[in-house]
Amino acid sequence: MTTQAQPITRSRLFLPSGFSISLAGKYTLLILVALIFVLPILFMIFSSLKPEEQLLRDTASFRAFLPVGNLSLQNYEDAFRRVPMTTFVGNSILVTATTVALGLVVNSMAAFSFALLRWRAKNTIFSVILATFIVPFETFAIPLLLIVNTLPWLHIGLDGIYITQGWLNSHHVQIIPFIASAFQIFLFYSFFKDLPQEIVEAARIDGANSFQIYWRIIIPISGPVIATATILRILDMWNQFLWPLIVVQQEEYRPVMVGLQYFFQLDIAWGEIMAYLSTLTIPVLIVYLLLQRTFIESIASTGVKG
Amino acid sequence: MKRFMLILFVASIMLSGLSVMAQDGPTALSLWYHGAGNEVERSIIVQIIDDFNASQSTWAIELEEFPQESYNESIVAAALSGSLPDIIDVDGPVMPNWAWAGYLQPLNLSEGALDGFLPGTIGVWDGQIYSVGLWDAAVAIYARRSVLEANGIRIPTLEEPWTGEEFDAILETLQATGEFEYAFDLGMAWTGEWYPYAFSPLLQSFGGDIIDRSTYLASEDVLNGEAALAFGEWWQSLFDRGLAPGTSQDGADRDTGFIDGRYALQWNGNWAAIGALDAFGDDMLFLPAPDFGHGGIIGAASWQFGVSANSENPEGANAFIEFALQDKYLAAFSDGIGLIPSTPSAAALTKNYAPGGPLEVFFALSNEQALVRPVTPGYVVMALEFEKALADIANGADVQDALDAAVDAIEADIQNNNGYGFE
Repeated sequence: MTTQAQPITRSRLFLPSGFSISLAGKYTLLILVALIFVLPILFMIFSSLKPEEQLLRDTASFRAFLPVGNLSLQNYEDAFRRVPMTTFVGNSILVTATTVALGLVVNSMAAFSFALLRWRAKNTIFSVILATFIVPFETFAIPLLLIVNTLPWLHIGLDGIYITQGWLNSHHVQIIPFIASAFQIFLFYSFFKDLPQEIVEAARIDGANSFQIYWRIIIPISGPVIATATILRILDMWNQFLWPLIVVQQEEYRPVMVGLQYFFQLDIAWGEIMAYLSTLTIPVLIVYLLLQRTFIESIASTGVKG
Repeated sequence: MKRFMLILFVASIMLSGLSVMAQDGPTALSLWYHGAGNEVERSIIVQIIDDFNASQSTWAIELEEFPQESYNESIVAAALSGSLPDIIDVDGPVMPNWAWAGYLQPLNLSEGALDGFLPGTIGVWDGQIYSVGLWDAAVAIYARRSVLEANGIRIPTLEEPWTGEEFDAILETLQATGEFEYAFDLGMAWTGEWYPYAFSPLLQSFGGDIIDRSTYLASEDVLNGEAALAFGEWWQSLFDRGLAPGTSQDGADRDTGFIDGRYALQWNGNWAAIGALDAFGDDMLFLPAPDFGHGGIIGAASWQFGVSANSENPEGANAFIEFALQDKYLAAFSDGIGLIPSTPSAAALTKNYAPGGPLEVFFALSNEQALVRPVTPGYVVMALEFEKALADIANGADVQDALDAAVDAIEADIQNNNGYGFE
């Protein structure tokens, strides 16, 4: 008896209708690209669960990306013992949230003014602000340090109300210099300038003043750009390192990225570093996932990438 | 609202008065320390501070810890903003730069307070003592007795270290066995200060140096002279011949390569010795640096305490430093973090460096072979240029060109800083 080779049909491969080889190729490519971004995160999370020796040994193979071997939360326990994690995370959350919230208001207002209002020297001032965008922070970090070190501050606390000189060792020294942002102004400006001018004019005819137009007309339709600005600013502020390093000398004000340096001893504890980083990454990932849809919309509409 | 503001104002005045009253008592002195994140170091330094504060009623030390990786940047920023503490922790080779820049003032310790201290633990600049260390560190060749004996290799001693030719032949022999990925692990994965600390002694053993120490003004003919060229050629050949892992070495391989048996020999510091002893026990050997013609040499000087130039209470700062120099504290640091205690009497109190202890050899190495890195404010730049040159040469750059470039950069920096006070 002979058997005849059957042609491979779609149903024999259990492929859904509409599924083609080219589509399979596309998905394969997308999965490979996704892996490039996902594998480092998997490496970080799974490494945080492994003892030091196993972690180092696994880096030589694909086991580094798998939750295999002797897994435990010991690295997390050790990392929390090595650094005052809650203090650092609390500081970063406070600094980041405050800077982002105030920055959204200040920068969107400035961009609204540049994009939709008419006033003298507007373009010149906007150009100057944009020019500061290309100056690296490192070039003016020291002058900024010298400035904030001479600024007064009204101290209000249980020990009284009085004026102090210098902003070092505080939360506000990590917040105030970063509220205004040329990049954020540009981001909002790019979005606002594409809005139909008729909206503004119609509101004016209805008797709205500039602030009412900004607050009641423009901001409610600016969800995507607000989401983008929020995410990008959160990343910037969450990753702040150089500035807090030079203006904060007391542990109680240090943010998370300076805290990361605590792990780089003579014998580097890689497992603890991965545990620390995993802990830090989770809040950022949550924010990103919450704002993901509007963020992507905004990227598509403004053409701005972080 | 006005009444609320008035109450707030009066309350604040009262509380301010209380805070002024509360200032009676010992004068607070700030101490900055590089050991944030190191639980053992922290516990010891806190113990010393507690003991000092309890021992008298004039001064009260307040500790602020910084992560080592970014400690120097914090100090420089604090100096710029005029907020340096009273007592500073400073890495030995960086001390001259900070003294020259006006961050430090000379120490004023009692006569004989530093008697018996290892030379590398005393920070001298411009003829004055600016800092003193509670410990030192030393580098040795890590080896296994069984490996050396199996290959008929002589075990060197401090009195009779391996010669340069002998050492080179040993590396070839070990590589030829095929048992090891590399015959010698230099630790190229450890960038930064490791390069000048660990590798400039090899250059010095060849007869070269980073700077002419008689003037501290020129590197010409010292860093790029005949001896330095010979060193550079040998250095490059280590990588060309596949005897040592190069600059692409992974940090994990550095940490585990010798213990896993993939490296036959390793150039490493005493801070890693306990781990090696745990792995190999009595088979483990810590051998002196080879003699390439001008003696076996290793680096010296680790972290030390100094008094900041800003301190308004230098007598209190000096009193604390002198208090911290007690043998029991030197021994506590040694037992805690594995470093070499500064005095023989403290070494005798330790579990590792006491006579017959497993790491006793490091104390001898520190005493006999140690040479401090160039004592000049320009060292900070020299270290960077030296590191770059050695990495370039390891990666195949022309030896003469790489060393010439380093010389030019070092001398330009010296000129730009008016000789750092040496002219």
